[in-house]
Amino acid sequence: MVHNDKDEVTGINTTGHEWDGIRELDNPLPRWWLWIFYACIAFAIGYWVLMPAWPGLHGYTHGLLAKSDRAQVAVDLNALKAQRGLAGAGLVNASLEQIEADPKLQAYALAAGASVFGDNCATCHGAGGGGGKGYPNLRDDVWLWGGTPADIEHTLRVGIRSGHPNARMSQMPAFGRDQIVTPDQVNDLTEYVVALSRRKANTAAVARAAPVFQAQCGVCHGPAGMGNQAVGAPNLTDRDWLYGADRASIHSQIWNARGGVMPTWEKRLDTATIKALAVYVHANAGGK
Amino acid sequence: MAQPDQVNTRPGSGAVLLSIGLGLGILLTIFMAARTSDPRYQVHAFVFMGAFIAALSALVLGLSSGRFVQDQGRYEDGVIRAGVIASLFWAVVGMLVGLVIALQLAWPSIFYFPEIGWLNFGRLRPVHTSGVIFAFGGNVLISTSFYVVQRTCKARLAGGLAPWLVFWGYQLFIVLAATGYVMGVTQSREYAEPEWYIDLWLTLVWVTYLLVFLGTIWKRKEPHIYVANWFYLAFIVTIAMLHIVNNLAVPVSPLSSHSYSLFSGVQDALIQWWYGHNAVGFFLTAGFLAIMYYFIPKRAERPIYSYRLSIIHFWALIFIYIWAGPHHLHYTALPQWAQTLGMTFSIMLWMPSWGGMINGLMTLSGAWDKLRTDAVMRMMIVSLAFYGMSTFEGPVMSVRAVNALSHYTDWTIGHVHSGALGWVGFVSFGAIYCMVPWLWKRPRLYSDRLVEWHFWIATTGILLYIAAMWVSGIMEGLMWRKYTPEGFLAYSFVQTVSAKHVTNIVRALGGAMYLTGTLIMVYNVWRTIAGHVRQDETGAVLVQPSASGPASAGLAAAQ
Repeated sequence: MVHNDKDEVTGINTTGHEWDGIRELDNPLPRWWLWIFYACIAFAIGYWVLMPAWPGLHGYTHGLLAKSDRAQVAVDLNALKAQRGLAGAGLVNASLEQIEADPKLQAYALAAGASVFGDNCATCHGAGGGGGKGYPNLRDDVWLWGGTPADIEHTLRVGIRSGHPNARMSQMPAFGRDQIVTPDQVNDLTEYVVALSRRKANTAAVARAAPVFQAQCGVCHGPAGMGNQAVGAPNLTDRDWLYGADRASIHSQIWNARGGVMPTWEKRLDTATIKALAVYVHANAGGK
Repeated sequence: MAQPDQVNTRPGSGAVLLSIGLGLGILLTIFMAARTSDPRYQVHAFVFMGAFIAALSALVLGLSSGRFVQDQGRYEDGVIRAGVIASLFWAVVGMLVGLVIALQLAWPSIFYFPEIGWLNFGRLRPVHTSGVIFAFGGNVLISTSFYVVQRTCKARLAGGLAPWLVFWGYQLFIVLAATGYVMGVTQSREYAEPEWYIDLWLTLVWVTYLLVFLGTIWKRKEPHIYVANWFYLAFIVTIAMLHIVNNLAVPVSPLSSHSYSLFSGVQDALIQWWYGHNAVGFFLTAGFLAIMYYFIPKRAERPIYSYRLSIIHFWALIFIYIWAGPHHLHYTALPQWAQTLGMTFSIMLWMPSWGGMINGLMTLSGAWDKLRTDAVMRMMIVSLAFYGMSTFEGPVMSVRAVNALSHYTDWTIGHVHSGALGWVGFVSFGAIYCMVPWLWKRPRLYSDRLVEWHFWIATTGILLYIAAMWVSGIMEGLMWRKYTPEGFLAYSFVQTVSAKHVTNIVRALGGAMYLTGTLIMVYNVWRTIAGHVRQDETGAVLVQPSASGPASAGLAAAQ
């Protein structure tokens, strides 16, 4: 079916083919299309001449400009260092107290700390440092492992149960699960902790639990339940706890004994950054 | 017409072979289900088994009742009708899942179900992407290619029952892929998530598809091969190559649903994005250009604008597209020279891509009034406008300096959706609106006014979607790179996420509108198939349907 004819609407010749009623006009390539296509090819060739482009058997063509992403990264990092000024180096040599006393160093530490906190710590502790279930609030004056600048810096450096050789380490026994005490005693101890945190509790249970508490819990949490920052044992009188303060949460903690993990940052952040973070966290927390 | 072609033939050795294959398949899946210790693998073995048993029963029933008559004087349209229905079904599923995950991004605390793990964003996202690309898009491509290749070759589909094997085999692939995703069976390769045994099944189906298509071209009664068929063939051949190479993997065991890629490190990443970008190039571009090259001239009843442009832009597109993948890996461990090549080939790709748009748009010369009067035509032409926009945006985003800002942001999501919703979706809807009355022998659609509603609601939805993603993508890119005067990053990641809250809501709204349009279409198509015409809409038939068989083609042309 060959129609070597003109299209009546446009007056253009067709190619003479027809498929299911579809024909094709014999229009030339649009000039603008062709020239832009050529221009794109010319651009590509120009780019290959100037930039790293074609691979060979040994290496690749480096281009007349000899640009390199890897070299550029080094340049950019140096520029960033220059922008951050000498203050970063100042942090390394100054003590945390000196940083907090020097307005210039402190302002720098707070700016750096805020930025690094947002990208590394906020994931668990929240963007504002307010914490959440299982993750400590860093804005209050309750500290498991100590809230002085030096304590905070040390925690940042080694982490908690992180696998670091000097990590802050402690493990509460799973009193119920491992049958260190009886299930009834776990119930009694739950009442005892409720009473410790100044709430109404079953007095008979509290009386029964008192000797068990002194024998099992007092070692870490102290005879009066005030906690011990040396082993990260929380104060049991304040209800400011990681895993909840209602009876079910307390019972579950005595039974299973959860303990959180915080990574060590020593290998990931440099000394100046860890100091800046410590100053930042300390400045935003209450007291200590 | 040669008389011997019109003799009715029955499927002989092919059907017997297929039955044996299915029987062996059932035995194999029984073995797989019995011996595996991987519960997810077992579920899939049962899915395979169920499908094979159903297929074997249908085959035996069909053969014994003598229903599989191959009338060589008629086109094989049954499989195309099934493909149209499957396309619409998967469109609704894929887009609905897309809406769900858009809502999860907009209101993460409301649409978050920690107890129902398979409803997590990470499980549902591949269901959405594969659902719309491979289930919806793939069914549209298979059914339109079967329609177009028969009409433009004046030959019935080759291979007897093989087209049905392609259709049902492909649906089985979709079910396996989607159930795998929600169960957590994934290779974690974007757009190639299905695991090794599902990949093997798709390879079998796809090679059968290629053979059916080639066989039909082989027995054509036209001297030349129409341009739409070049594009379909490029799509089928290249997807086969991409699929096989990117999925080369070693299973943990023949009875495990897990495997490890044959490649590692940056080579693995490059293979993956060579695949990923050319899935866009050959599945979503070449395949749908083939649809455009048949349905636009057919609907407009005008000749293709330029044969020369078809040839030049086809070969340029095929040659250049295959190089562009590295632009997905700018500023990564990929060597800089490879990034250069990815970028420059993407820039050179701009005009070859636009060649298809020009050829489609200019085909309307002499029939521009149809943009006003025919909503189906308008839908296909607007799809070309979105095609032109996203094939310009793509080269721009491949420039390394632009990519430094746009990469990993919502801008990329917006870019993909202007292509997917605007180009792929609209040209598919246009083709389906054309084909449904032709396939079911209806004088016209149930309602042209509903097509108008579909067009306007969906177009507004696309514009809301891509505008929201431009805003949120550029905002997020700028926030990520913002430094304080002291030289520290100004925003934490979570701040950049919460800054996108409003644009995420607008995006979900845009998606909901697009889905609404699709539901209107489903209703319209359903009523058309049922043979209804909407009251007070009894206008003239817009376009003459194509012939229903090679033999009657001459008759239709003579009318």
